[in-house]
Amino acid sequence: DLKDIKYPQRDTKQPERDEKEYVGFATLPNQVHRKSVKKGFDFTLMVAGESGLGKSTLVNSLFLTDLHKDRKLLNAEERISQTVEITKHTVDIEEKGVKLKLTIVDTPGFGDAVNNTECWRPVTDYINLQFEQYFRDESGLNRKNIQDNRVHCCLYFIPPFGHGLRPVDIEFMKALQDKVNVVPLIAKADCLTPTEIKKLKERLREEIDKYGIKIYQFPDCDSDEDEEFKQQDKELKESTPFAVIGSNTVVEARGQRVRGRLYPWGIVEVENPSHCDFVKLRTMLIRTHMHDLKDITSDGHYENYRAQCIQTMTSKMNADKRVESPIPILPLSTPDVETEKLIKMKDEEIVNNAQQQVLHNQDADVN
Amino acid sequence: MIGHTSVAVGGLYGEKASGPTVDFSYVGIDAILEQMRRKAMKQGFELNIMVVGQSGLGKSTLMNTLFKSKVSRKSVLATSQEKIPKTIEIKSISHDIEEKGVRMKLTVIDTPGFGDQINNENCWQPIMKFINDQYEAYLQEEININRKKRIPDSRVHCCIYFIPPTGHCLRPLDVEFMRRLSKVVNIVPVIAKADTLTLEERDFFKKKIREELRANGIDVYPQKEFDEDAEDRMINEKIREMIPFAVVGSDQEYQVNGRRLLGRKTKWGTIEVENIAHCEFAYLRDLLIRTHMQNIKDITSSIHYEMYRVRRLNENNTVVAHANGIPEHHLAAHEM
Repeated sequence: DLKDIKYPQRDTKQPERDEKEYVGFATLPNQVHRKSVKKGFDFTLMVAGESGLGKSTLVNSLFLTDLHKDRKLLNAEERISQTVEITKHTVDIEEKGVKLKLTIVDTPGFGDAVNNTECWRPVTDYINLQFEQYFRDESGLNRKNIQDNRVHCCLYFIPPFGHGLRPVDIEFMKALQDKVNVVPLIAKADCLTPTEIKKLKERLREEIDKYGIKIYQFPDCDSDEDEEFKQQDKELKESTPFAVIGSNTVVEARGQRVRGRLYPWGIVEVENPSHCDFVKLRTMLIRTHMHDLKDITSDGHYENYRAQCIQTMTSKMNADKRVESPIPILPLSTPDVETEKLIKMKDEEIVNNAQQQVLHNQDADVN
Repeated sequence: MIGHTSVAVGGLYGEKASGPTVDFSYVGIDAILEQMRRKAMKQGFELNIMVVGQSGLGKSTLMNTLFKSKVSRKSVLATSQEKIPKTIEIKSISHDIEEKGVRMKLTVIDTPGFGDQINNENCWQPIMKFINDQYEAYLQEEININRKKRIPDSRVHCCIYFIPPTGHCLRPLDVEFMRRLSKVVNIVPVIAKADTLTLEERDFFKKKIREELRANGIDVYPQKEFDEDAEDRMINEKIREMIPFAVVGSDQEYQVNGRRLLGRKTKWGTIEVENIAHCEFAYLRDLLIRTHMQNIKDITSSIHYEMYRVRRLNENNTVVAHANGIPEHHLAAHEM
């Protein structure tokens, strides 16, 4: 029986009465809060795009890390035989008592070859692998410390030199749209004037629409949010795709020290909202939508993967004319081959028993 | 990390774009807590409490007192005559309550008939079955192909067990029940109608009860083995030294010293329910609601439920159902 019983209407003039009405479960969010702070959070961010678009610099700018200090940049000849790799860097960040385990998944070699056919395949394979791992863990027996390595967001870097999406951009984003939250970015935006950026953004938005590419959508504001929040949310949505510039060097501009890039004609300030969308990206990615990115990954992309997986498995089982087990839990802790063997063994066992039974009955009849 | 000069820039979401300062060392990841909080507030919380004990021990009144609302079965269902049912019934009543913007769906599960019969053997069975059925329902939803974003949680988070204030020791029924159920659910034992015990009698009774619980290997909430770290242990040890809480419930208000308080008025004085010098209701309320509510739910989902799930998975592996005329083994929820 569901009844909506609100608090009995009482005289709220006396402060003592208010205290009396107070049960105390309003502390619940704090209790949850406390637990999360103890546990810490994790976040996996993938960056994809051709070499030289400033991916590493941008990541370092976003998270104030220094991830690729000693990497070796390959020259053109060395790159010919390069295939797309997937590299992972994990860093622990702590701020105001909150711990974040950040994993950056890089895709060096993407789009660099002469023939880039299906260069996204290692990327989609990687994402699927993480889903599969999570599915196994989730279906397994010991679920105490499941590690969530699923990719929560993929920043896709579009070069600023062209006039819109290139075929490789379209193919890549379409290949990934159902597996991960895709956030396209205009890279190295300091080579564009404001007018050019505006035109390019419009063009990109049109093409993303035209080709039906499903990029990450910001959820709508609640109606009860304050006006300032709503306004900023609106601005955020209207500036996509974000045009970004990254920098890890500090320069002096307008009498202050800022992160930026020093040119003879002026200084680009990374964190100046009128110079580029870096701040918007950082705000969205970290300060306001990190949780939503994780939610969409687990409630949307992962659930799709899981449903498909189960359906494939059950249709395989059905194809062999087996009845589904009462609980469609597949013991994924052992590979399918083992399970198949076990099922076969049991089958034979039962068939043998049945045959024995038949013989026995026949004997009985005879006697 | 880049240099630590602090220069603040106009941030979004509330900060004024004023001063010429950029914070070189602030990423902003602590904002995720705020994101989580918003989401939790939107979604609301669920809490399922079961009350077990003989008739007349004040279970319904205590629930009403705890939640300052008429949440118990008796307040909601009109019962002309309070009859003791012939068998144990399980009655669930849900309410949506709200406080300071936090919404909660509270379900109180009452078990009228428990311990009231002449022969009370196996009276814990229907209760065990109910608890396991809730785990089963959750499991089924969890393994579904197309599962809900937020699986409705009907699992019993906490079972308050009412011990009659005999003042001596636990009865065999109490021991039997708690022994079995502490393995599948969080049990919070309370001494009911504690206004019949003096403070010395109360202390003696509590000590006796704690001894007996220990002697019978009964782990009530907060269970020692689930303390996560030293901080938890310290807090929980203090609680373990105080349980079972001796409670008095009331939904009547009286005038005491110019204030209106919940209490019970007798010829020899008024018992103030929320006065810790009179009874331990406030401790129970604080434990259940203000400090350990989330922990109680976590233990239910990450320990009790997981144990149930593992058991079910293992059962399933040893009985692989086949087609071709062999009847499916019906895996009903078993008693442990």
